Amino acid sequence: MAIESRIESGVTSALEVEQDYEKHIKDPQAHRTMVLNMGPQHPSTHGVLRLLLELDGETILKAAPDIGYLHTGIEKEFEAKTYQQGVTLTDRIDYLAPLSNNLVYCLAAEKLLGLEIPPLAQYTRVMLAELTRLNSHLVWLGTHAIDIGAMSVFLYCFREREDILRIFEMFSGQRMMTSYFRIGGLALPHPRGWQKRVKDFIDIFPSRVDEYEELLTGNAIWMGRTKGVGYISLEDMLDLGVTGPMLRAAGLALDVRKDAPYSSYEKFDFKVPTSTTNDVFARYQLRLEEMRESTKIIRQALEGMPSGSHQADAPGIVLPDREKMKTQMESLIYHFKIVTEGFRVPAGEVYQTIESPRGEVGCYMVSDGTQKPYRVHWRGPSFGNLQAIPRLIEGTLIADVIAALGSMDFVLGDTDR
Amino acid sequence: MLPESLRDNSTAAALADIATAGKLEFGELTIEVAPANILEALRRAKTALGFTRLSTVTGVDRFPAEPRYEVVYHLQTIGNKERLRLKARVHSDNPEIESGCPVYRSANWYEREVFDFFGIRFLKHPDLKRIMLPEEFEGYPLRKDFPVTGMRY
Repeated sequence: MAIESRIESGVTSALEVEQDYEKHIKDPQAHRTMVLNMGPQHPSTHGVLRLLLELDGETILKAAPDIGYLHTGIEKEFEAKTYQQGVTLTDRIDYLAPLSNNLVYCLAAEKLLGLEIPPLAQYTRVMLAELTRLNSHLVWLGTHAIDIGAMSVFLYCFREREDILRIFEMFSGQRMMTSYFRIGGLALPHPRGWQKRVKDFIDIFPSRVDEYEELLTGNAIWMGRTKGVGYISLEDMLDLGVTGPMLRAAGLALDVRKDAPYSSYEKFDFKVPTSTTNDVFARYQLRLEEMRESTKIIRQALEGMPSGSHQADAPGIVLPDREKMKTQMESLIYHFKIVTEGFRVPAGEVYQTIESPRGEVGCYMVSDGTQKPYRVHWRGPSFGNLQAIPRLIEGTLIADVIAALGSMDFVLGDTDR
Repeated sequence: MLPESLRDNSTAAALADIATAGKLEFGELTIEVAPANILEALRRAKTALGFTRLSTVTGVDRFPAEPRYEVVYHLQTIGNKERLRLKARVHSDNPEIESGCPVYRSANWYEREVFDFFGIRFLKHPDLKRIMLPEEFEGYPLRKDFPVTGMRY
């Protein structure tokens, strides 16, 4: 089979696979491969991803991902919303990591505005972004384990996820579409009693991670399904634009939190776990290690939480205090202006990146000096990672596709936007 | 034709002979080149300057100005220590530009996305067709003259 030449040329196109399918229909004897349409509605694709697989027996000769089923035109919609309204759109891009998306969008706008964010807001952002990482990794672990056949892990993961969602609800009033980070700081001051809730959670969480490990790490079936599966070389990953845990499991400690610190990450002490085995099992262990590191960051943020305001001192950009609106004329005017027409952002362009649970999220924001962004481009980590699918699964068995796809941890909302 | 302020910048100096404009804002370096030189600029950035990673490719519509479209490449070195934004302006009469795929394989999907949303054709692209929208979709939605809401769409 010409599989080597296929792999060399890089990304397979859906068209090629479809052409092979036509050949097979015309002359089944001469063209003995089978084309399988996996998705768009398939439980293991975690959303609406369509994969065209060309099979020879159980071996995958060619794979062509087809995306776009969840495209909602969010980048166009940014241009019709004011800057502050745009925050609500970011929640809906990567719906498993809404706060990470809020963060990158706010950081980009704040860079254009030249806003200084108070330490309390920065620490809160770090703390909640790391809770988001835990939240996302828990969903990943639960669904990944279910795909491979370990049912009970899902229930344990969602038990802890529920605690995190309750913390989000406490802070923002929302479990999933939080929109808690706003341009200029946080939407609301800290809720009463949040310290105890967060502390209780991080006190118990490391033992819960041990529990998942007990269920999976030494499990013979789990090891059999994940060890040595889903290998892709580091050079290929860099060339195809892969970021995040996939890359770190191949030994490259690429992490925006360390390389280009944002929101005072430089003040936190944490490690970037790496591994060199570069298979599905390594990615699993790496994400568990990341969960432990995130817990440490949350503890540091909780214990070192500075005092002060939750919003920058920027009248005309952040909404004024409710009490002041009742007593001060200017506050009422500012409130009216922000709500009705928004605020002007100086012309310019920035590209802000952060490390989301899935890898590098980038927000390219172009302003023309009006109240609405001229252009917002979203670099979703899942989009970059999905390009590597053909490389990851071509030449492997079809049963391994499920494990390999699960180890990528993509979210289709993030891919299609 | 780079501004005085970029004289000491080594990255800008390496691209100085093909750069048509450049700026350093918010600590982010932007170099503009002519569409004909984009592949050369990408190649130099990757091999000589060490920008191993292509973070993203996107477009901006400057309607009604001409050249109307900007094609923007965001490059990074390993470790994110350095970043570079390469830009080429494309005329709306014939929105075409050389594809960056020979240098960065990851440009494949990003350029398809720009083609899908802006209608900019990437020459010598291995698989140039719509990526998000259905094949039979008419129009290019991220162009400024495409309505956000409307009867037809």
